[in-house]
Amino acid sequence: MPAAESYPDDLRYHPEHDWARVEGDEATMGITWFAQDALGELVHYEAPEAGSTVTKDSSYGEVESVKAVSDIVAPLSGEVVEVNGKVVDEPERVNDDPYGEGWLIRIRMSDPTELDALMDAGAYRAHVAEQ
Amino acid sequence: MEATLQRTPLYERHVALGARMVPFAGYEMPVQYEGVIPEHKAVRGDAGVFDVSHMGELHVDGPTARDFLQSMLSNDVRKLGDGDAQYTLLTNEAGGIVDDLIVYRFAHGQFYLVVNASNRAAVYDWLKEREPRGCEVRDASDDYGLLAVQGPRALERLGLLDAPAFTHTMGEIDGIEVMVARTGYTGELGVEVCCAEDDTVALWDAVLARGVTPCGLGARDTLRIEVCYPLHGNDISPETDAISAGLGWACALDTEFTGVEVLRRVKEQGPSRKLVPFVMEEPAVPRQGMPIEGGGEVTSGTHSPMLDQGIGMGYVPAGSSAPGTDLTVDVRGKPRRARVVTKPIYRKEA
Repeated sequence: MPAAESYPDDLRYHPEHDWARVEGDEATMGITWFAQDALGELVHYEAPEAGSTVTKDSSYGEVESVKAVSDIVAPLSGEVVEVNGKVVDEPERVNDDPYGEGWLIRIRMSDPTELDALMDAGAYRAHVAEQ
Repeated sequence: MEATLQRTPLYERHVALGARMVPFAGYEMPVQYEGVIPEHKAVRGDAGVFDVSHMGELHVDGPTARDFLQSMLSNDVRKLGDGDAQYTLLTNEAGGIVDDLIVYRFAHGQFYLVVNASNRAAVYDWLKEREPRGCEVRDASDDYGLLAVQGPRALERLGLLDAPAFTHTMGEIDGIEVMVARTGYTGELGVEVCCAEDDTVALWDAVLARGVTPCGLGARDTLRIEVCYPLHGNDISPETDAISAGLGWACALDTEFTGVEVLRRVKEQGPSRKLVPFVMEEPAVPRQGMPIEGGGEVTSGTHSPMLDQGIGMGYVPAGSSAPGTDLTVDVRGKPRRARVVTKPIYRKEA
């Protein structure tokens, strides 16, 4: 079942439709409801390797639907500590639960001050409304 | 280029159903309603309906119509009786494909062509320039609505009796006068139903009321790739010939038509490259334009909803075209393994 539109208040958002949930010096990341809805049902997640480095505003992987492929942009920089293998096997989990089971990677942040540049839920909702 | 997109009579219906509309062949068309995958599975498992009113319809009438078409089209028009239909190619002097189309014979001297939307003007102009005395080519595309109703339960849901594939007849669906053709682009049992333009909305409503799922261009593409039907502009073009494309079965090389001598020569010498179906051997979705190692190129690619893996078609050197051959597709710089298979890529379990 595709999820209903939502943008949780406890997340930070990147304008390229990616989210980050910060816990200590780690951050979990994924794509927003808006991004998965625009793509349609995902059929492939090209994930980065654990141990690799991701850089804020740069692509760290790809998600693909039947119709289209999209780069996944990192909202924050750091080292990948875990890749969600369940999404590699079943990419549609992102459609079902984009902020929960559909997370994509967990990183150890290299520069927590980057958080200041991200949007809160209210600002991101306004950003989506302009799309 | 004309910037304004045209709309079929069903535009408001599509929007009301929540369809995502995209530009296609100069029309604003629905790419999906609920989603490509559920729509695809509706057609494989039950029945789906596609608005294909953007396609071109030409009448070719007159005492010289048959001989004219015989000289223009690759297949043997003389084999058609009244009520028959035939897949065929409009070829150019180089043996390339101006369009692939279906020709219907209503009666002696009365033929009807359904052509790709994107080639409607090209086909009309091509035929009109060559039209002989005693024959008239007429573009009637704006006079008709066209729906494709496809799937194992398509006929049952429409209350139609089965008929042999590639035949057509006049009929009625819920009081609407239609031409019903046992043709399609999905590999499933199904019909293409043509009606007067003004009846298109009523016909669409009648079909949906019979429990048929509305399907967009997205599912139309995944369905046709699974069964290896070529798409003009992707897999075939004025620069590709029918033999290399595996469409020799639609070419009556013992008849005389434009470019036939080129096709005879390609057939005799063997094509240097061939259009082959393939499946990905590792997770990746092939897309049109991706290079295939060794001098090939993907012409159509997608994720198969039925097989749940990447599938596609592409031109490869003849030496790499045998089923079972390993291929490497360049997926945005990453080599991904694929394997040539036999047609169709997806075959229904018996």
